[in-house]
Amino acid sequence: MSIDLSQFFEVFFEESFEGLDVMESELLNLQPGDLDSETVNTIFRAAHSIKGGSGTFGFTSVSDFTHVLETLLDQIREGQRDLTAEHVNLFLQAVDCLREMLTSLQAGTEPDLTNSNTLKKEFELILNGEVSAPVEQPVTIESDSSLDTYEVSFEPQHHLFKTGNEPLYLIQELAGLGELEVNAHVDGIPDINDLSSDDCYISWVFFLTTDKGEAAIKEVFEWVEDDAEIKITLCGGLFSDDMETASNDEPAKVAVDESIEPENTPVERKSVAAKSNAETTSIRVSIDKVDSLINMVGELVITQAMLTQLGEGEITENKVVALQEGLAQLAHNTRDLQESVMRIRMLPISFVFSRFPRLVRDTSQKLGKQVELKLLGEQTELDKTVMEKISDPMVHLVRNSLDHGLETPEERMEAGKDPVGTVTLNAFHQGGNIVIEIMDDGNGLNTKKIKQKAVQNNLIQPDDELSDDEINELIFMPGFSTADEVSDISGRGVGMDVVRRNIQALNGSIEVTSAQGIGSTFTIRLPLTLAILDGQLVTIGEHTYIIPLISIVESLQIELDKVNCVGGGVDVLRLRDEYIPILRLHRIFNHSGAIEELNKGLLVIVESDNQKVGLLVDDLLAQQQVVIKSLEANYQKVEGVSGATILGDGRVSLIVDITGLIKLAGLKKAGSQELNLGHVDTEVNS
Amino acid sequence: MNGELALTDSELDEQNIRQFLTFIMDEEEYGVDILAVQEIRGWEEITAIPNAPIYVKGAINLRGTIVPIIDLRLRFGLPSIKYCPTTVVIVVKVELKQGVKIMGLVVDGVSDVYSISESQASDVPDIHNTDNSEFVRGLVNVGEKMVVLLHLERVLNLVKESEVVA
Repeated sequence: MSIDLSQFFEVFFEESFEGLDVMESELLNLQPGDLDSETVNTIFRAAHSIKGGSGTFGFTSVSDFTHVLETLLDQIREGQRDLTAEHVNLFLQAVDCLREMLTSLQAGTEPDLTNSNTLKKEFELILNGEVSAPVEQPVTIESDSSLDTYEVSFEPQHHLFKTGNEPLYLIQELAGLGELEVNAHVDGIPDINDLSSDDCYISWVFFLTTDKGEAAIKEVFEWVEDDAEIKITLCGGLFSDDMETASNDEPAKVAVDESIEPENTPVERKSVAAKSNAETTSIRVSIDKVDSLINMVGELVITQAMLTQLGEGEITENKVVALQEGLAQLAHNTRDLQESVMRIRMLPISFVFSRFPRLVRDTSQKLGKQVELKLLGEQTELDKTVMEKISDPMVHLVRNSLDHGLETPEERMEAGKDPVGTVTLNAFHQGGNIVIEIMDDGNGLNTKKIKQKAVQNNLIQPDDELSDDEINELIFMPGFSTADEVSDISGRGVGMDVVRRNIQALNGSIEVTSAQGIGSTFTIRLPLTLAILDGQLVTIGEHTYIIPLISIVESLQIELDKVNCVGGGVDVLRLRDEYIPILRLHRIFNHSGAIEELNKGLLVIVESDNQKVGLLVDDLLAQQQVVIKSLEANYQKVEGVSGATILGDGRVSLIVDITGLIKLAGLKKAGSQELNLGHVDTEVNS
Repeated sequence: MNGELALTDSELDEQNIRQFLTFIMDEEEYGVDILAVQEIRGWEEITAIPNAPIYVKGAINLRGTIVPIIDLRLRFGLPSIKYCPTTVVIVVKVELKQGVKIMGLVVDGVSDVYSISESQASDVPDIHNTDNSEFVRGLVNVGEKMVVLLHLERVLNLVKESEVVA
């Protein structure tokens, strides 16, 4: 019987990657000298299961490599060897290397072995080179004393398979004894029509060179000696020994599934290769989430059955009441079900946080700083898609804190602080948002330096009066870096604006607070999911649009005496200290029938990219959560619109894209409305 | 121009008979491949899309999917009429360069379903000087009537026309 192992590959990879994550985090917990045996055991177990799995699936490069790793771990575990910082570093490198190998295997390509071979040598050097190292004995030591070659003939009876024996295992076991040459005799295979798939038709002759002696060979065949004819002869003609034979006759036969096997291999390869392009993503869902889903579906089915029953026959007065109750029940079930389904996509943020201990360790070593990393709120749940996209910006921010924020131990001592700096990652829910804080107790942002740099880069004028917070905001401007030297960790000035853009792409926001000498805190606010958005419904004429609540600053009625018309026909509202341009949404969107007079409509002040604009709308309707649908899927990108949604009454409503809108309005001022119309004309005529 | 295409198709399969759904617009009968048709709906309330071409009337909610609606009269430059109870929307699925799209076509009314062999379709007469000739896949006579078979991919390609013509 052969099993198609490739179906388990994905599970193996998933488990191996998890194992590597475990190894990594435990390695970071290891303190050289002060050995916690439980930690080492955990690492050992993880390495061992990767080795076992990769061996089973035939990824020998991985299992060989893990083997040396495991050997060293074993010695450390047994106390035969002291753990040094070099060991930890080597292990961490090995984890990286294994991760690379597994990734390429997952993609269906052969892994690059140069890295692993170098590391393997280093491991072997440690294993062999030091006094305390007990020499690792290879399983088969070729000692010249008793190396004999045996000829083993094995003729199973037809019914061998029915006794639950598999010749392949026997052969594998024989191969484990020494050098094995296998000859299969397939003359016994009958015509295809007479072939029975349950019968074994093959016989074998093996030549085995081993030091284990005849008894070991006999042991291999112990379970089949009653069902086959077995002869073991020592080659070289010294003496030949007829092994016991149980039953007689029956020429050797082929098992049908044996003959299938060669075909199986290419098939397996093909499926691996095909998998390489397809990006497989999966999430692990805890069983209680699935159970609660099943419960809810159960309730839904019951409610549905109840409603069906009510709907049968004539609808009477008292049935109407029951029907209404049923419908309320249905609404309740549906909402619960929706929540549960959304919860499946939610994962604890520890998935992102877990990569930081390693990052902090590596970076702080490189920088010669002492850093303690604190993780808080690791169980806070977040949508998987958001999680994947927030990870890179966070890495950037943490690196920044390490590089620019924290001082060197000497500087900290001088400032009277603990030489070990602290970086804290904190996550918690607030309203419909998740808030992630990245705090350091370093020097804080240097407002003077930032201002100086901003003036240098022409971002602000030297005589601009800015508050400290406003100055701090400047670090999010493109092309801004205050690091004196560009290091490979940070300082190329492409950082913060990219961070901010990435976060805004997730409908989130980022802000910074800082105090000189005390530290700085970056606060990221993100919606819990990308699929749902808090929206403000507004009307323009007969059209209903949705403005994302997160970008709304305030909504107000316009006092006409505060509106000035600046050259070019743009109305500007003076609001407190700011001048806010007013955009008439209906003009930008080319809708008629909306309110033109500024004092009759409402102004919704929105902010995007640090730019505030006022949108003139007819009226504000309700605020509600809307499910984002793609307009692009069946149509095309529409400027100023980020997507569509379906309102409670089944109508489609479009979601306003503030950034795009500002761009669109800016373009129109430059006279591109004609251009836009021209585009339409060409399409009609062509 | 599309006669060539029909010819090669019929060479490939002598029995190449296809079914076409036909509809009426401005007293002409047009046909689209029935395999592209998803469903036929009545005219309903619609949400306008800002700055869209004049023939894109807006978008509707088709069981959770946002589907744009195109007025075929306006697309062909025919005079528009007021939508009435017999006005129908034919929802079609076409494979464009940007992927598979589902769109709705507003027409005056649905007519019939014909089985037409590709070889029956005659070439488009030389009407290259009109703007809409590229939308036409072929002409076919059914009894006394003439049906214009449409090239849906071109009709519904709202992006750059040059891409398709090439």
